[in-house]
Amino acid sequence: MSKTIVCDGNEAAAWGACLSRPDMVAVYPITPQSSLVEYLAKFIAEGKMDADLMDVEGEHSVLSVLHGACLAGARTYSATSAQGLAYMFEPYFRTPGLRLPMVVSLVTRDAVSPTCVWGGQQDAMTVKEVGWIHMYCETQQEICDTIPIAYKVAEHPDVMLPVNVNHDGNYLSYGVARVELPDQAVVDAFLGEKDVNWHACLDPERPMAVDPLTGGAGGVGPATFVRYRKGICAGMQSALSIIEEAHADWGRRTGRYWSPLIEEYRMEDAETALVTIGSMTGAAKDAVDEARLDGHRIGLVKIKTFRPFPIQRIAKALSKVKAVGVVDRAVNFGWNSGPVFQEVLGALYHLPQRIPAMSFIGGLAGADITVEHFASAIDRTLRLAAGEMATAPVWLNEND
Amino acid sequence: MHEVRLHGRGGQGAVLASAILAAALVEEGRHVMAIPAFGFERRGAPVVAFLRLSDTEIRRVTNIYAPDIVVVIDPTVARAVDVYAGMPMGGTLVMATSKHADELVLPPHLGKVAVCNAIHIAMDIFKRQITNTIMLGAFAKATGLVSVASLEHALAETDFRDAGLRQNIEAVRRGYEETTVVTLGKEQAA
Repeated sequence: MSKTIVCDGNEAAAWGACLSRPDMVAVYPITPQSSLVEYLAKFIAEGKMDADLMDVEGEHSVLSVLHGACLAGARTYSATSAQGLAYMFEPYFRTPGLRLPMVVSLVTRDAVSPTCVWGGQQDAMTVKEVGWIHMYCETQQEICDTIPIAYKVAEHPDVMLPVNVNHDGNYLSYGVARVELPDQAVVDAFLGEKDVNWHACLDPERPMAVDPLTGGAGGVGPATFVRYRKGICAGMQSALSIIEEAHADWGRRTGRYWSPLIEEYRMEDAETALVTIGSMTGAAKDAVDEARLDGHRIGLVKIKTFRPFPIQRIAKALSKVKAVGVVDRAVNFGWNSGPVFQEVLGALYHLPQRIPAMSFIGGLAGADITVEHFASAIDRTLRLAAGEMATAPVWLNEND
Repeated sequence: MHEVRLHGRGGQGAVLASAILAAALVEEGRHVMAIPAFGFERRGAPVVAFLRLSDTEIRRVTNIYAPDIVVVIDPTVARAVDVYAGMPMGGTLVMATSKHADELVLPPHLGKVAVCNAIHIAMDIFKRQITNTIMLGAFAKATGLVSVASLEHALAETDFRDAGLRQNIEAVRRGYEETTVVTLGKEQAA
């Protein structure tokens, strides 16, 4: 029997992890993730969760401990944010190269300096090129459901890559809503027999070397390194269809069909579109509905899977519009725009025509992106469709 | 849809109260979205929590700027922050205070005011000035949006750090019983 609870996003993530039956979790607390790992500790103490919990001295050790466990064939889980992720970066970079199918929640938070402890996606966006799969959740329910889905994707033999399941710090981490907890038997059947790391088990009966010295300019080094890198790219591309299959399978078993790569909202006849990511999307949908009442044919594309980037799906979804406004919760300093904006530009390049696009940046360091902010972004995107070009990003909270 | 803003001080449990209220409302089949306003956690500092409730799906995950219901669980916090900010014509104020409603200096556009001597009740039950669950009873009496039974059910699902379930059930009941509701006559704008 599924069970209805009312909880915040961090508890929803802890339940998603608990239902996935990890063998080992390693934790170090950091705002706004702390309550998530406190829930894990509580679940284990209460006997709801049968996992070893390693309470280590920092995030570098969190991921290093889990590397060992995962290499030995264990299902592993952790969560972190911002400065914790920064401290985790050295083993973080190793994880996809080792093809470790781990799941780690990023409770996204803006990056210092200046000092802030609040939500923003700068942490996750900064590590988008490391080879981890990144999925962004919109609601507490989606967080709970996406973590089991993430294990199914990560452990698939054609993927074998780590997955970050990301939820917005503050608005989702502490925001409370109704969540249907799926029945344990449903999740067990969905995940199937546990076979986490078939290719590189640390097994005394079957000794093997992992992480060889490669590269350089002679011998087998360069080709070996290329093979590793191409393998990650191939796993990423395989993941596109496996993410879709896993979401469809989850939907059949639970009745909740989440859009796996992108969600198209009122795009059938749309002449302009917003692109959103994460928990901002609900307010954007409300603003789209209001603009529709005013006679504007606007739609919305929400990105769930950001790595691998669903290039073809996004290009197709935006192929008929006259202008696109992309709303980011992070900054791409090198392009004077939001990072998602620049990704969408890359996807639009796959279309024969040139579609004007502009960048909106909001919700940094816990700032709110309200329906009114989205209404102003829609207004500006409509003017873009009418020919009023933009050369700089619009900072939505600049005058709050 | 109703939009509720709770005002308290750090350590009094305003955020926990919003989560308990959310659970009680879901028990009654409502959709809810409760979000604490973000500040550095420290005891005594003004704290705000937001809660939306609706019979239909709530999509926006945003703060609340025009609450039609304001719940003030600390009698002194109104001196530190503008608890009436953004309230529309005809809004409802639920206030922890030892004063009678007609002794309060209120903005002219309120539709309803409910007062509860929550500190007095808290000292009786908890021996400390913890008013959050008392004011949930006051909210139920003032708005009729949630039943005491649903609140009690939600309390049973809550981990309390400072007090027991039995005390909190008594708190909700006394909050409900000892709240006086005065209608001020200003109609809510359509």
